[in-house]
Amino acid sequence: MRIGVALIHGFFAPVGMRFFLRQIIYNRGVVKVIYDAAIIGAGVVGALTARELSRYDIRICVLEAASDAATGSSKANSGIVHAGYDAMPGTLKALLNVRGNGLFGEVTKELGVPFKRIGSLVLAFSEEGMETVRKLYSRGLDNGVPDMKILNSGDEVLKMEPNISAKVVGALHAPSAGITNPYELTYAGLENAVANGTELITGARVIGISYDGYGGHDVNSGHDECGDCGVYHGNHGYIGAGGYDGAGGVFTINTARGPIWSRFVINAAGIYSDKLSEMIGDDHFSIRPRKGEYLLLDKEQGHQVHSVIFQTPAALGKGILVTPTADGNLLIGPSAGDIEDREDLSTTASGMENVTDGALKSVPGINLRQVVTSFAGLRTVPSTGDFIIGPSMKNRRFINAAGIDSPGLTSAPAIALYIRDILKVEGLELVPKKFFDPVRKPIARFSDATDEEREALIRDNHLYGNVVCRCELVTEAEIVEAIRRPAGAKSVDAVKRRTRSGMGRCQGGFCTPRIAEIISRECGIPMQEVRKNEGGSILLTGKTKGVQ
Amino acid sequence: MSERENKMLTCIICPLGCSISVTMEDGTIAETKGFGCKRGKNYAETECIAPMRVITSTVRVVNGPVPLISVKTDKPVPKALVMECMKEINRIEAHSPVKIGDILLVNVLGTGADIVATCNA
Amino acid sequence: MREVELAIIGGGPGGLAAAIEAYRNGVRKIVLLERDRSLGGILKQCVHSGFGLQLFGEELTGPEYAERFTKQVMELGIDIKLETMVIGITSDKLVSAVNSAEGLISFKARALILAMGCRERPRGALNIPGTRPAGIYTAGTAQRFVNMEGYMPGKKVVILGSGDIGLIMARRMTLEGAEVKMVCELMPYSGGLKRNIMQCLEDFGIPLRLSHTVVEIHGRERLEGVTVAEVDKSGRPVPGTNEYVECDTLLLSVGLIPENELSKMASIELDPATSGPFVDEACQTSAEGIFACGNVVYVHDLVDYVTQEGYLAGKSAAEYLSRKAGDGPEGGLGAESGAESRAESGAGSGAVSGAESGAGLGEKIPEVLKIHAGYGVRCIIPQFVRRSCKNDVSLFFRVAGNYRDVVLEARAGGRAVCSVRKKVVSPGEMESIRLKSEIIRSINSEVLEIGIRTLGDKEAKETKGEI
Repeated sequence: MRIGVALIHGFFAPVGMRFFLRQIIYNRGVVKVIYDAAIIGAGVVGALTARELSRYDIRICVLEAASDAATGSSKANSGIVHAGYDAMPGTLKALLNVRGNGLFGEVTKELGVPFKRIGSLVLAFSEEGMETVRKLYSRGLDNGVPDMKILNSGDEVLKMEPNISAKVVGALHAPSAGITNPYELTYAGLENAVANGTELITGARVIGISYDGYGGHDVNSGHDECGDCGVYHGNHGYIGAGGYDGAGGVFTINTARGPIWSRFVINAAGIYSDKLSEMIGDDHFSIRPRKGEYLLLDKEQGHQVHSVIFQTPAALGKGILVTPTADGNLLIGPSAGDIEDREDLSTTASGMENVTDGALKSVPGINLRQVVTSFAGLRTVPSTGDFIIGPSMKNRRFINAAGIDSPGLTSAPAIALYIRDILKVEGLELVPKKFFDPVRKPIARFSDATDEEREALIRDNHLYGNVVCRCELVTEAEIVEAIRRPAGAKSVDAVKRRTRSGMGRCQGGFCTPRIAEIISRECGIPMQEVRKNEGGSILLTGKTKGVQ
Repeated sequence: MSERENKMLTCIICPLGCSISVTMEDGTIAETKGFGCKRGKNYAETECIAPMRVITSTVRVVNGPVPLISVKTDKPVPKALVMECMKEINRIEAHSPVKIGDILLVNVLGTGADIVATCNA
Repeated sequence: MREVELAIIGGGPGGLAAAIEAYRNGVRKIVLLERDRSLGGILKQCVHSGFGLQLFGEELTGPEYAERFTKQVMELGIDIKLETMVIGITSDKLVSAVNSAEGLISFKARALILAMGCRERPRGALNIPGTRPAGIYTAGTAQRFVNMEGYMPGKKVVILGSGDIGLIMARRMTLEGAEVKMVCELMPYSGGLKRNIMQCLEDFGIPLRLSHTVVEIHGRERLEGVTVAEVDKSGRPVPGTNEYVECDTLLLSVGLIPENELSKMASIELDPATSGPFVDEACQTSAEGIFACGNVVYVHDLVDYVTQEGYLAGKSAAEYLSRKAGDGPEGGLGAESGAESRAESGAGSGAVSGAESGAGLGEKIPEVLKIHAGYGVRCIIPQFVRRSCKNDVSLFFRVAGNYRDVVLEARAGGRAVCSVRKKVVSPGEMESIRLKSEIIRSINSEVLEIGIRTLGDKEAKETKGEI
């Protein structure tokens, strides 16, 4: 209890969370919080890592630059849980993909997130393609992918998926592949982490990081002791570094919302993870954004295929896939184009043409008139060719979880465990909490409920009787809950991602004014301040009648 | 020397959309050509001499079940005064209850037209 | 489960008219289900005038037009459920709905009228490349914000699509102080009424760019501008014609789609040409006892026509109910004939024997006459006509392009049975042909084709190439 600096940070201790925080109170009654771990980036990796760490008796915060979680790569990707035959054996990708895939069932069950193990097919349209299929098969065997099978004739493939092009000559079938909802998994992981004591601080873009290696921050007896300096006991071969510099070193993370102090930093900053790493002087890798454009089709097209349909891979990725989504739509994409701008989420005519051409090659009967929307996401392609996960050589308390491109979503649950183990090795003492609750209940969806359940929902909360989004049958109760939950929604898009409101065929034409009204009411802000998503994305510019 | 001016209009009276040419001389109509019917001729000539428009808009309501009610001018007003009339309309505050046909502003800008409610609130 | 004679889904102009006419024809146990807070449907936000010329001979605003019918429905004491969303219907006319006061409610109806209207095509359906900022609305959503809630969606506006809602919103936004920069229309002609082009655009000096579209959207958070380009005959952007237009709002008026999610639930057959249900001359769909009227069937030009169709649906439902009741006012029709679904009614009743005798060769012609779209016609309503129908039948159809000096013809077995000469036809305005009941009875082919015939190549000028 000897810290000199005295600051107030009311914002990172929401009511109800204080119970979990051991704050240090100084002689003048002023509080400064030093976290044990600050996770930077509320994408799926940050969220699941936070959730994993919230099992232990440590103080954690998640810093997010945007106003909501899952606004980067976790928002716009294929939502595929890959089997794991793509990555070269021996890479972190190979290891964590297969492990992550194995963890997905339990994680999604605990977190109440949709996950369907529908299997995947890699289609071959030529003997050359079949060679690739065989190569992938053997790679899959090396990586430990279970139950794969090579389908040696087009008929076998068509028996499984009758809508596939008759030109198919064979395929690789991997039953362990599946589909999930990537942003729902992110929200669920965060909600669960927050429920277990983690703090989420949004709007906290990191501006700079400094490190006081001397420390003197005797924050917590026990935690500052050197941890187990032994060898990391995973089978991948990461070797713990042993002694770290200084017993009580603390990072000062300067954010758009003020400084945050933490003993460890986990860099889960996605597309900006190289920039974050540079802040501590580590520039051994760089990230290149690779844009992927997608088209989402109406649920009427959702039954075109029943499994994830790939083509034999291309140089820049896994090629154009066709898949049902966890919500029952059909998703086709992604295109793949390396770009410079890390904020460029625009779709292009050529990208969309590339997607439709590729998708029609696999499934010629897709009705492109039923496209509901198009979008683009950025993959965070690392210069090293593999995930960059581990302590930085510049400061071993700065743990990178960087360059997480595909199969990042699949790997995320395994990455979380991997980071936990690294933290242990680097000296963070992890004592399991007594009252960790692994279960997060999803928002009860009216559209998925039976009549009896619907009646019960309305009886308990009459707002379940107000259908706001007619296309997806989303009620006011669900929207209100999406706003009020921990790590809750503050914008129309944030509500949409949590409830599906506005995601249907009318694309919010009917419900947007109503959702804006509900946000205005629940958040206590005027309609003119309701946003579509970030800062400047206001929906309305003023009132009519010349009133500004 | 008299001033002649030729105006071309597309008739809006029926789907035929006749192209009507109106020649004005010193502010009066000298000749009208191209119309297909009498109504068309009448329309074109009125458009050239004194175009008139009905304005429809909304007015704020105080204490009502809705924030706005719809209104209109009960007869056409000169086209040139439309934006000026809007300024007047924007100043009006109606008090609930309002019924269809209630006059909210008499003789807007001296045009002889009243602003009347077109819905109940 | 509540039992009613007639359930009507949708309290817009179609549903209101249907309720009134069904009541007038003796139906008493009616329930009218409406999802909004008040009756009137989309008319409530259409504060402009131009409604009711056909029906009342005067120009009403949308809310005034709605009020005339709302008032009648209230006076008749028809059971109205507001803020009630119908979430399912079945082909045996079970209706499930939900509201916050009563929770889940279900009705067993003996007849059902679908009057759900239509919805707007959103941006996603157009696949415009670019970013996804705030500030892109369908014209109708913007109309609701401006006219009902009192908010401005933006200050500098580009409108894509020159449908009537887009044109009306160009004027509305201008009157409320916004700057409408242009209206872009993909086609070489506007789908909107001439009067709206004159009074909503030309009055305010707003340019209408025909054969132009938006090819890219700019701005990350709020819309900052759009790129517009000229398009060729096939609708593809012409290279080198790109023009950046600064704006914070893009309104889309790019088409309306009948709202048939519920119809699909009841396995009602839909016409790909209209996106609405196939209907017969009595507004009956492929499901017995389920009728449809208004924009859920096809998108009408004028609300007056929706009202008329609503009346017809209400009357037809009443007749259907009394036939089913058996002891009701039966009239000349056999007890069974009306109830037959049109797809399979081969035999018919005594009342139609005259038509059948004309078939010759012992071949039976089906009771139902199919109406097909011929040359230059895009879609027709109704798609089926029962030969036994007692009244004249009006066939409404949309042509596929702009033509001058044409004959609209109904042809059966290669010969014209009815024709109308027109100086001008365009896709923006519905055309119609009225078939006398005796003509219908005299037709002995299975199909009646509606087409247009141009009057000789020399005089007939096609103003649009694509058919």
